[in-house]
Amino acid sequence: FQDQAEQFFRSSHTNNWAVLVCTSRFWFNYRHVANTLSVYRSVKRLGIPDSHIVLMLADDMACNPRNPKPATVFSHKNMELNVYGDDVEVDYRSYEVTVENFLRVLTGRIPPSTPRSKRLLSDDRSNILIYMTGHGGNGFLKFQDSEEITNVELADAFEQMWQKRRYNELLFIIDTCQGASMYERFYSPNIMALASSQVGEDSLSHQPDLGIGVHLMDRYTFYVLEFLEEIHPASQTNMNDLFQVCPKSLCVSTPGHRTDLFQRDPQNVLITDFFGSVRKVEITAETISLDPNLTTFESKPPKEELAAEPLKYAEQLPVAQIIHQKPKQKDWHPPGGFILGLWALIIMVFFKSYGIKHMKHIF
Amino acid sequence: RPAQFQLAAPLTVALSPTSLPRDLPAPLPFSETRERETRLNPRTSIASRSETLYRSTTAREEAALRAATPREADAALRRLQDAPPGALTVYVLPESSSLLPQGVDVYVGRHRSALVRAAPGLAALRARLQQVMHIMSFTDASISAALSDRVPASQLGPDAGRHFKSSLGYEITFSLLNPDPKSHDVHWDIEDAVGRYVQPLLDKLSFVANFSVASQILYYAVLGVTPRFDKDSSSFLLSAHSLPHVINPVEARLGSSAASLYPVLNFLLYVPERSHSPLYIQDKDGALVGTNAFHSPRWGGIMVYNVEGPAAPQASRPLRVDVDMVRVMEVFLAQLRLLFGISREVPPPEFLLESPGNEGLADWELDRLLWARTVENIATVSTTLTSLAQLLDKIGNIVIKDDVASEVYRAVVAVESAMEELALGRLDSAFQASKEAVTSSERAFFDPSLLHLLYFPDDQKFAIYIPLFLPMAVPILLSLAKMLREAKQSKKDPAKTD
Repeated sequence: FQDQAEQFFRSSHTNNWAVLVCTSRFWFNYRHVANTLSVYRSVKRLGIPDSHIVLMLADDMACNPRNPKPATVFSHKNMELNVYGDDVEVDYRSYEVTVENFLRVLTGRIPPSTPRSKRLLSDDRSNILIYMTGHGGNGFLKFQDSEEITNVELADAFEQMWQKRRYNELLFIIDTCQGASMYERFYSPNIMALASSQVGEDSLSHQPDLGIGVHLMDRYTFYVLEFLEEIHPASQTNMNDLFQVCPKSLCVSTPGHRTDLFQRDPQNVLITDFFGSVRKVEITAETISLDPNLTTFESKPPKEELAAEPLKYAEQLPVAQIIHQKPKQKDWHPPGGFILGLWALIIMVFFKSYGIKHMKHIF
Repeated sequence: RPAQFQLAAPLTVALSPTSLPRDLPAPLPFSETRERETRLNPRTSIASRSETLYRSTTAREEAALRAATPREADAALRRLQDAPPGALTVYVLPESSSLLPQGVDVYVGRHRSALVRAAPGLAALRARLQQVMHIMSFTDASISAALSDRVPASQLGPDAGRHFKSSLGYEITFSLLNPDPKSHDVHWDIEDAVGRYVQPLLDKLSFVANFSVASQILYYAVLGVTPRFDKDSSSFLLSAHSLPHVINPVEARLGSSAASLYPVLNFLLYVPERSHSPLYIQDKDGALVGTNAFHSPRWGGIMVYNVEGPAAPQASRPLRVDVDMVRVMEVFLAQLRLLFGISREVPPPEFLLESPGNEGLADWELDRLLWARTVENIATVSTTLTSLAQLLDKIGNIVIKDDVASEVYRAVVAVESAMEELALGRLDSAFQASKEAVTSSERAFFDPSLLHLLYFPDDQKFAIYIPLFLPMAVPILLSLAKMLREAKQSKKDPAKTD
């Protein structure tokens, strides 16, 4: 009976995924890339393999021409911790990090040519950690300085995931200004959300490094990283401790969280349920009895050679065609109702005000 | 509207002249039907119907039943039978028959038949038949496990989350982990073993999904946990609660095919290092596990293969080890069955269940799997199509391409035919239809063109259009006002003509 009670409180997931997104480019947003890479490092250390992590970095800081220490991304000043490491696998890089690609990854509506490492192949027993960082505002998050994702779109994407049962439980962490606005609109079950600041507050960065010349990390993620460094795969720390990370005295902004959509009590949710990958195991008690003498190994009949047509080099870019192409004739459409009505109104008012007899002076 | 699954399982009972119960309601052959309905939740219910046909045995069946052992009888009967998937045949033997061993009343074979000892009356026979159906055919529990996302979690058993969800294909990878190549030179004839033992099972399941098998050998791959040395048995032990942490460091090195999107089953064979040999796995109570193996739901299994020390202590290292593939495959196949959700109900004590043997899977176990998969596929299709319809309702300006629309129509037609076939008891065509329905509905739902961006909140619409149109509209509105005033004025004094 105690076993059953234990099972009820424990999570029912069998695998873990992580989607880590950094949405800012340019060298002075170094801290957002460092944020994401710190979470990536913690998540890998606690057991989630690269095949289950979708890492999206909008810019390349390690090999940025302005980086005085190439091939490194530091998270502590005085260059204590290089989070770029030896085996970082970035799945979406640079200009591939767009709102469209992000939503495609979440909902699964990906073109068939996408490789396996760029897909979120979660099922109904996956716990997913989604971490987003960048510049944001009340209800939106800026991607690449050119587009934005709104909290409504994000909530709809999560609902699409829930409809297809693409997650068991979801932990959403966001470190941007006014981050709490991003989780206000969620309405799908089994989502827990954390944000670095409330609506109307800005999330602040932690410390600049004079050698590199930029701020290295944001405060909230810095303290979360410190917290996660103490977690190991077998630890029993629960979510309530994560909620206490970075109080106002350290963070200046007030971190917020939302647990009303989540079914379990945060007290019973282990940090490793989302950040690590602790698998359920069962002892194999039975075997099948095989009789080695019974079977004869029939070698597979040799595959018939399929008559293949000889391959020839295919022009990727038919340059001759492109150069001599005429511009496509755009079909002409008559103006739509609104524009037509507007023009009719303007012309009517004009002639009523000035009188028809003045027409000959105008034309 | 509540959804109702109608499942039918045809059963044929062949009675030999010496085993007829005394109180038959009608002369043979006759049939009776029994229906039962179970409600899983307010929206879903299962109506199961079992049609039982009672007939007498033919002469050839009688000859087959005179075999020496139940297994031979089963094999002989199979050649005479023409039961399609989903149907079962039960042969009733006389009470004094010696074909069944002493104390055994029911023998469940490898195919779709069972041998039952006659019972004194029809009611007792019916009770026994019901027990047979419970083992060999679908049960409420197995169907509700298939519908696990519609059933509240408290009602499901512990193994509802263990098996892989229905998918169109699976990749199976066998890996040999040798952390100490300096001491052990491990050879395994995996191709032969796969061809002999695994391929028959996969061929039998080829109706269900596509399988691809791969194997690899990894050197210097260590487990994530350091085993404890136990002085009493002078062996190393892995305790049950350290097992979950074993898998992770290895998983990063296992790799998977970049091209396919199918779920992967990993089977690992670990040969411990010389310094950690022999290595045994302990279960929760501290007892040693006989198979020395464990598995993880929806992932795969790991078995530890201990190598005997060399006979002569000064034998040269590395020691050549030829893995006994039979022992290994016995464990891996058992794990494979569990991961697929092929499990047996606990039979009553007087039942004798034949082991599936080298084929790995009894025909009736395949039927049970097909029922569960068909129901799961139908439920998935209906959820997918419903949510697709809701999505398209909510967001009015998504353009639906023609091929998406045709996939949706195909899915609807296929799922309706699957429900019909299921109600008629034709399991194989029901499963095929459900598979087609799932393929079409997934293709329609996950079509890349259905991505809706550009969420325009109302306040943004105001913010964009008002600064454009308000300045332009001011002179127009003023002129309109002027026009109206002039019109009113000319009406007041109409006779002002010059």
